Amino acid sequence: MPPSRPDLRALFLGFSSVGLSGFGGVLPFARRMLVEERRWMSAEEFNAQLGLCQFLPGPNVINLAVVVGKRYQGLAGAVVAPLGLLAGPFAIVLLLAMLYDRYGSLPLAQSMLRGIAAVGCGLLFAMAWRMGGALKHKRLFLPFTALTALAIAGLRWPMPSVMLGGLLLSGLLAYWKLGQK
Amino acid sequence: MSLAIELFLEFALLSCVAFGGATALLPEMHRVVVENHHWLDDATFTHLYAIAQAAPGPNVLVVTLIGWEIAGLAGALAATLAMCLPMSILIYLLIDRWEGFAGARWQKAISLGVAPLAVGLIFSGATLIAQAAGFGWAAWGLVMLTVVANLRLKLHPLWFIAAGAGLGLLGMV
Repeated sequence: MPPSRPDLRALFLGFSSVGLSGFGGVLPFARRMLVEERRWMSAEEFNAQLGLCQFLPGPNVINLAVVVGKRYQGLAGAVVAPLGLLAGPFAIVLLLAMLYDRYGSLPLAQSMLRGIAAVGCGLLFAMAWRMGGALKHKRLFLPFTALTALAIAGLRWPMPSVMLGGLLLSGLLAYWKLGQK
Repeated sequence: MSLAIELFLEFALLSCVAFGGATALLPEMHRVVVENHHWLDDATFTHLYAIAQAAPGPNVLVVTLIGWEIAGLAGALAATLAMCLPMSILIYLLIDRWEGFAGARWQKAISLGVAPLAVGLIFSGATLIAQAAGFGWAAWGLVMLTVVANLRLKLHPLWFIAAGAGLGLLGMV
């Protein structure tokens, strides 16, 4: 079955559905929409293009929307697809923010938010744990994880310098490791 | 308006080192927004994180909320654009050339090398939320429970959020 070629409207709506359905990370929803439901790309294309989106910093899903939008509708598509991804959730989040401004100081709201924050914190630790488990060459690279955490969370060093310095060291180590074979 | 511009510049710079997305930026955003500029206090920062967790959409929306609390609609727009724009432009320019580099050794090396740092950032973000929220033993218990349950069970994250909200409302956290 040949892939359909989405117009701007389809791009906007397709990515809107992704943005609105995702909780705690929308990447899996983006994959389902792009590869399985609308077949705008094959599974292989998805993996290849996601590569660059994850390679660069910043929100991966937004980067992916730019790539898909550009591919089908050029510059206009590259603007419309991420807009679709963000517009709906943006409106919802602002609505919640207005409710927070109005009712956030109530004790009940504070207790509820504390409960959600605790769970959200747990979800972050679990995500870090899972990502750590999936690292390649763990013994070689886990020390970099520990050092990053120590520098950022423990010593409160500024993130840009930690990332640039860390990436230089672990990137060189990775380059050396990849050359050994 | 100048506040929105300041936000834009701060966040645009941060987005360029945000390996692991907006979540990885939590500690640095906290430093900029709470410690350096005193635009928000600790409690508000954790509340905004909680609201973003409970809302649908990409993780980047926590930045939208922070922008809104600091400078209203202009702040929300400025912060969101700042997070998305720099890398979007770069990727727009690079994507066609990227296929040609596919599989190059330097490229694999950066992907391999950046992953452990990203894990460290997410871990730091979680630590920071716990610190800023000033969790007591009950909240820490819930954190641990969430970690174990999330790693063991295949449950939609929304169930966890709902459980957290419920336990909070009951005054158990």
